[in-house]
Formats: sequence, C-alpha cells, structure tokens
Amino acid sequence: MRFPALKIWLVFSLIMLSGLGYLLFAAPSKDNLLIGQATHGHHQIELACEACHTSSFGGPEILQNACTGCHQQELDAAHDSHPRKKFTDPRNAELAERLDATMCVTCHAEHQLEQTRDMGVTVAEDVCFHCHEAVGEHRESHEGLSFDTCATSGCHNFHDNRALYESFLVKNAGKPWVDYEAVLPLANSARFLSAKGSSGMYEKNDHHDYAQIKSDWSESSHAGAAVTCVDCHQAAGEAWVEQPGVQACESCHADEIYGFVSGKHGMRLAPVIKEQLEPMSPKLARLDFKDSAHDLQLTCSSCHDPHKPNLQKAAVESCLGCHADQHSLAYQTSPHARLWQAELDQVAPENTGVTCASCHMPTIEHKQIVDKETRLRKVSIEHNQSATLRPNEKMIRPVCMQCHSLEFSIDALADEALILNNFNGKPSKHVESVDWALKRETR
Amino acid sequence: MGAEEGNEVGSNDVHRQPEPSQSNQYETGNNMKKQILVGSLVSASLAVLVGCSQQSAPATEPAKVGIDPKIYTDSLFAVMKADRTNYTKLVVKRLGPAGADVIKPDEHWEDLDNGTLLPAQMFRAGAEAVAEMTDDFTYSLQSLWPIGKQNGPKTPIEKAGLEYIAANPGENYYGEEELGGVTYYTAVYPDVAVSDACTICHNEHKDSPKNDFQLGEVMGGVVIRVPLNK
Repeated sequence: MRFPALKIWLVFSLIMLSGLGYLLFAAPSKDNLLIGQATHGHHQIELACEACHTSSFGGPEILQNACTGCHQQELDAAHDSHPRKKFTDPRNAELAERLDATMCVTCHAEHQLEQTRDMGVTVAEDVCFHCHEAVGEHRESHEGLSFDTCATSGCHNFHDNRALYESFLVKNAGKPWVDYEAVLPLANSARFLSAKGSSGMYEKNDHHDYAQIKSDWSESSHAGAAVTCVDCHQAAGEAWVEQPGVQACESCHADEIYGFVSGKHGMRLAPVIKEQLEPMSPKLARLDFKDSAHDLQLTCSSCHDPHKPNLQKAAVESCLGCHADQHSLAYQTSPHARLWQAELDQVAPENTGVTCASCHMPTIEHKQIVDKETRLRKVSIEHNQSATLRPNEKMIRPVCMQCHSLEFSIDALADEALILNNFNGKPSKHVESVDWALKRETR
Repeated sequence: MGAEEGNEVGSNDVHRQPEPSQSNQYETGNNMKKQILVGSLVSASLAVLVGCSQQSAPATEPAKVGIDPKIYTDSLFAVMKADRTNYTKLVVKRLGPAGADVIKPDEHWEDLDNGTLLPAQMFRAGAEAVAEMTDDFTYSLQSLWPIGKQNGPKTPIEKAGLEYIAANPGENYYGEEELGGVTYYTAVYPDVAVSDACTICHNEHKDSPKNDFQLGEVMGGVVIRVPLNK
C-alpha cells in the first residue's frame, strides 16, 4: 500500500473536521466550544454564541456593537460618566494610554469568570487611580484616600452617578430618615398603551372550565381595560392560540416586556436568543433556589396568571416561590414585609407596603405625559430586575428615596450585613460623601 | 517512509516544472511583440489624451485640493458661534426666566421637569454629539478659570492659546501639536461674556477660581482640533 501515513492523516483529519462540524452546526448544545464560563450577567445566554458573536468576520467592533446593542440605552439613561468619546478625545490621549476604555471589554472581559470581580469587572481595583491620582490636590477631603476606595465606598461609580453627584447630595441632605406617609406610585403605562379596546368574548366548546375563567377574568384588570379573550388568544385574521407567548403581552405591555427580556429573568426570550434557548429556569441559575422550583420556567405567566392578573401575587409570592438566598428568606421578618402585611390586611393605605417588587421591579415615573388633560405622567414597572441591582447605588433614586432620605439610603446600601438580613435594623456603616459635600458648601 | 514519499512527490513536482517554463519562454517571445504593440497603442492614446487635456483644460487634480486648516476651523467656529448665540437668544432668553419663564436653564437641567441646558452645556452637548459621529475634528469649551477642572487646559498649546486670547481680546490663536502620535492643527477662539447670566453664575459658583468676570471679558476659549496626517 502506498502512502499509508498520508491516508491515516486524511482519515483523522476528516474525523476531526466532522466532529468540529457537528459541534458547530448540529450538536444540541455548544458548551464544548466555550472557552471559559461567562460572567453572572451573561451565563444564561452563554450558549447562544450569536447573541454576542454576531459575525464570523470583522474586528473588535463586532463585540463592541453587541455590548452597546443591549447596554447603550441604559448607559445613556445613566448619563454615563465615562462614555467612549471621553477616551477618543485627543486631549485625553495621554490618559487613554493608561486605560483605553473605548471598548467595553477593556474592563469587562468575558469568559474569564475566575478573574471577574463584582459588576463583571476584570481590571484591577486601582483602575480609577491611574487617571484620578491627583484628585487630592484640589479636593481637600480626598487627600490621602486609598487607591481602591473610589468605587467601593458608596461614593462613585464608573458609569452611573445619578444619585452620587455633589449637587444632588447637597440638595437632598438633611431629610428625615424615613417618610412615614410615603406612598409608592401606581403603574399606568399599559392602560395608555392599549389600543385594542373591547373585541368581544370568544367561547370554545372544549375541556376548559370557562365559567371559572370568565369569573376570574371579570374581576381582573384586563376586564377593567376591556381586554378580552381574543385580544390575547387570537390575533386579527389568525388562528386561536391556546397558550399565547410573550408577544401577546407585548402589544400592551411593551415597556414591561422590554425590561423583562433585558434582565436575567427574561433574556433567554430576547430576539435571536429565544430561537436557540429555552426560557430561564432556577436549575440554570447560580443563586440559591428552592428545590421545588428547580424545573420551573420563566415567562410572563410564571408570575402573572393571565386570567387573573394579580399584582399582589407577583409582588412577593411569585418571587419567594423560587428565590431561597439569605436576603430573600429574611424578607418575611423584615420591616418592609410588616408594611406589606398591613396593606394586605387593609389596615394601611394602598401602595404603602414594600414588597420584593417594590425594590427589584420598581414603578418608574417617566417625564412623558400620557394624559394631556390631567397632565398625568407615564408610570411603568421596571421588569429588568438587574437595572437597579448592581452597583446598588443605582437603587437610591428610583427605589430607596421614594420613602427614605439620601443619607440613610447610601448608608444602608453600603452595609452588606443589613442587606443580607433584609434591612432589619439601621445601618452600621456611614458613608461620608454627604458630609463632605455640605462642608464644601459652608466654606 | 513519510519523508521518502515526500521526496518522491517533491521530485515529481521538480520534473514537471520545466515544461511550463519552456512554454513560457516560447510565449514570452510572442507576448513581447504583443506588449510592444499594445504599449505603443496605449502610449499613442495617452499622448492624444494629454494633448487634448492640455488644450481644453488646465492639468489640475481636484481630489487633492484641500481646505486651508485655518479656513476650516474658522468656518466651524462660525457655525458653533451662530448656533450658540441663537440658542441663547431664541430659546433661553425668550422662554427662560427673563422671558416667558416656562423653561428653567439649570446646570442640573435633567433633574427638573422644565429644565433646559445652559448655553455652555448646549455647546458641550454639541461637541459630544459630534465626537460620536466623526473623528475628523473635535472641539471643546475651555477656560483658564474653569468651574470643572476637566475644562482647564491640558496641553501646552491649549494653555498658550487660552493665555493669548485672554491677553489679546478679539484675536484668535493657531498652532500645531502632537497628541497620541497624531499631529493636530489646533485653533483657539475667544469666548466672551455676552450676558450677565454668564458672569453672575461663574462669579458666584463655589468652584470658580475667578469671581470678578465683567461683561465683554474673555471668560475662556473654544478649542477646535483637526488631525493633519490622516
């Protein structure tokens, strides 16, 4: 036989190519292709490679566009303190040589979980120091501060400083730690987005107990908004859908769906990804969950029964049906839970209770006027539970300050033990930022 | 064994090589004749073209004609100044506290329902939006007495330019500088206090290093920067 080694090489090459082809195009999972585990923010979608690696050809801009495609809107809303243009400005050329943050991956490298810190950061803790080392020279209070305290002390964030800038600290200083008469806003966005009106009832002769469904529905907010069976189950000119998907909700709840698919609960249902992955499930998560919730899946109807949309269930019961970490388990004995129980018992006014959703899916009052006559503003519920979670100072303005003072909010969020016991007590830490800001005012 | 086979394959290649080589030699002779013929025709045609073009139009290369950097930056500054003046007069003065009082120009305008940008902030917002669209030029509003330290001069040219326009009212400053390996044409234009709103705010601000600005005084400068070796 001639060239046996060449033939063996060819056979092995073919086998390897076939294997690679199978992994790339036919394998049910691409986990063997992962070069490393993704961060806590992306691990849910790490097997939908195309979500970030949108093209096989091209340079770093491919990944950068993927980052900004999902995160730019949030960065714009946060008035990003370190936008890309800051690093492309020629007058900052010298500083950009120290930290070239024109690409997100400069600080947030992916698939390097073992060296990823909080907020998905993969650069060293002295990152601020390299550009801001001289801050103590013109800011007396900052003289001699340690290089790693800028972003870890509750004072500054790299991107979002909406609740931390000096004028805001001064303007909101000195208020009582809690407003005992605080009432949370009531969401109204779906009411004004719904363009459907009543389309009439629809009845089918099948196994469903329509009497019960009708009864549930008639007391629901859907009935109040004249949203009927066909509005969700049968789009115009199309066949009846037994279990409508997220898109059925989206026509009226666009804001909520956008938030849902942007956060950890729903990102596997985002466009492109939903064709490749099943909905998120506790068994896929990295937090602690109840064993009984192991195989559940997350869609709109996981928390909201569509025939009796019940915000009470979605506010606490749905969350604690799955989440079993220390903070979640401590909720029922917290002061916030007592306020919620008082509301449920109707001994306290509506919207004075504080639930899981009050903080993690807060009602957001927008600038947009939805009713010109009454000047009513749009209020929607932020369904991206990560939007205010990390860094937790993002929670100060839209959440904590609905009821608490700025100083109390900053201190409470800097106290990790207090967060773990679900705010059962007062902060044991004090962040001096407001004191320093006030001191400069009196000079 | 693999090496031997490799040699065999290699030697076959070597033996095959001369055939096309010989063919090339034969073809080269023919090709040379063709090339001479084609070359003559092309030369003749070019000579006619050049002759015609010399008769009908001057031999210019429009694509390589550029704008003098000074004219370019002066023109950009004219647009910036016009927009800023219009925003100040047609929006802020007309609708702000001095006019209909329906909008409130404020440093932290985003926190107010009817807040709007101060004219200087509107100018910066323009500079930031441009930075997202192009790197063919950048511009910024700077001062020797900035409220925000980041708006003070950073490069020697910026410092020299701001000092020059402050000492020579009505004049501009032009220079070249190298930043990050790129040579820039840098122009500095005076930014004059046109309204008492400018002087009052700067004179009273706790972070302002100068608190005796007068109307008509140079408070800072607009720095426009154009890369020269792109």
